[in-house]
Amino acid sequence: MNVTSHAVVLPGDDIDTDQIIPARFLKGTRKTGLGEHLFADWPAFRRHERGARILVTGHNFGCGSSREHAPWALVDWGFRAVIARSFADIFRQNATKNGLLPVALPEAACVRLELALQANPALPVTVDLASERVSLPDAGWIAFSIDPFAKHCLLNGLDELSYILTFSDRITAHEQR
Amino acid sequence: MKRTLFDKIWDAHVVAEEAGRPAVLYIDLHLVHEVTSPQAFAGLAERGLPVRRPDRTVATMDHSIPTNGLPIADDAARTQLRTLADNCRRHGITLYDADSAHRGIVHVIGPELGYTQPGMTIVCGDSHTSTHGAFGALAFGIGTSEVEHVLASQCLLQTKPKTLEVRFEGALPDGASAKDLVLAMCAELGVGGATGHVIEYTGEAIRALDMEGRMTVCNMSIEAGARAGMIAPDAKTFAWLAGRAHVPRAAAWHAAVDRWRELHTDDGAVFDRTVVIDASRIEPMITFGTNPGMGMPIAASVPANPADARLARALEYMGLTPGEPLLGRPIDVVFIGSCTNARLSDMRAAAGVMRGKKVAAGVRVLVVPGSQAVKRAAEAEGLDRVFRDAGAEWREPGCSMCIAMNGDAIEPGQYAVSTSNRNFEGRQGRGGRTFLASPETAAAAAITGRITDARTLGESP
Repeated sequence: MNVTSHAVVLPGDDIDTDQIIPARFLKGTRKTGLGEHLFADWPAFRRHERGARILVTGHNFGCGSSREHAPWALVDWGFRAVIARSFADIFRQNATKNGLLPVALPEAACVRLELALQANPALPVTVDLASERVSLPDAGWIAFSIDPFAKHCLLNGLDELSYILTFSDRITAHEQR
Repeated sequence: MKRTLFDKIWDAHVVAEEAGRPAVLYIDLHLVHEVTSPQAFAGLAERGLPVRRPDRTVATMDHSIPTNGLPIADDAARTQLRTLADNCRRHGITLYDADSAHRGIVHVIGPELGYTQPGMTIVCGDSHTSTHGAFGALAFGIGTSEVEHVLASQCLLQTKPKTLEVRFEGALPDGASAKDLVLAMCAELGVGGATGHVIEYTGEAIRALDMEGRMTVCNMSIEAGARAGMIAPDAKTFAWLAGRAHVPRAAAWHAAVDRWRELHTDDGAVFDRTVVIDASRIEPMITFGTNPGMGMPIAASVPANPADARLARALEYMGLTPGEPLLGRPIDVVFIGSCTNARLSDMRAAAGVMRGKKVAAGVRVLVVPGSQAVKRAAEAEGLDRVFRDAGAEWREPGCSMCIAMNGDAIEPGQYAVSTSNRNFEGRQGRGGRTFLASPETAAAAAITGRITDARTLGESP
């Protein structure tokens, strides 16, 4: 899995899932079509053209509510990777289940990336899952690490439920203990 | 091997664990509501899978349901609620439906009906599932994909989190509540400070809390980023649960209590991290910013730190000036409710402040009990009269203005003092501005129309 695209920088730490998609848009019963409500109350974000597949942001991205509508909305908008200083736990888990790569990079690497994007907003950034690297043209690469099982599932198109269900006999045995 | 409370529950629920893979963790109780489940049931249908254990699955309607009674006017909410009812009927899942006498906020009715028990693993598609940890359960919020996993397999894939002991030494002073204690913790740890950890709350101040206070504390574990929060069960836990609808009976009850007595962290067990907080110094708290970690003692001044961009943005949204005090600041709305503070003790605390008084002119006060059972119990004590006579609205149970997706919302620019758990931008309504506080502080603000220290209410200004 390899994402190459220009990137949108969304400055700020602790961007919670109520910002990613406000609760008033949670009354549907489908996963689709939520991109139009992504960051609905953030005019600065809404001015970006759709097309970028990478979002760059601060610490603790996706904190707060467990709503999976947050990664659904990001993916529906077109994002395939979020590069952040750190992620909230539930968001990170929800992201990988929807093919959205949560890429945690150290502060210095994020600053370097943001400066490069400031100088050239069209700069193509590559997130390569297999090698766990983020690379910039003419600026080398930065290593990241991701949960190995999530990586395995993403690279091989596996889903977690199928994996869990391979343990059906042991689940039954646990229930009969 | 000395083990923590968390270790004991984790170990007892690992079904399988392959090298380099997360553990397959068995889930004893799966709580379901209308907002985060429809896509999970649809996923099951696509795969042609049944619900593995409908007997371990319990559903209620809380998030999008109106609190001003039936019928439901909002088409989208009505469809979402009907979808839940259809899914529960199809799969044989117990549902506390819109007109059920036991319906309520999922984290209020789980314990109330005795579904929540010590030693269990409990999940729900809601981040405040941590509430149930008050009973010595491992309880955490999950996304909708994981709701589907649990429906289909009664299991989840989980990487073992780290453990964090938060020890509250000393006694909580009079006038400070469980809500103040947990807001003080969020201020200490920060909104992401416990990420990757399960918190165990220990210490004298935690032992002294009643079960409802413990639920308030565990509820907000997620507001410090924790995966879950838990408190070892004790005599208070067992007494609170005894006789509830879904706990074991007779000899099975006594056997269960004997098992539950083992659910404590062994002497000498090691946590990955420990934070010690002096409970004796905790005062009534209020938030000033746009996440629950931005809190301070109610009489303090809004912090001033020109170098902190996060703070600057928060204060700009809140319309506050660095260095200004909050006491005396006019407010527009008071919300008393939510899975954090909508139990009977919370209703009593708020009514205690409001009894015989009137809501300040121009202030809207919404009191939303956490469940039909809380509503009935409060009405039996006449608390509804206290609120109504004061000029507050006494509503039907639900999440209401905590998440503001059911029509209960504050207006853009308005200020609310709220007993709920999140002060994120727009959380209680687009453009709305939230001060999180205890039921006592919220009730005091209702009476004066200003941010008020409940300890000084009635004294001349």
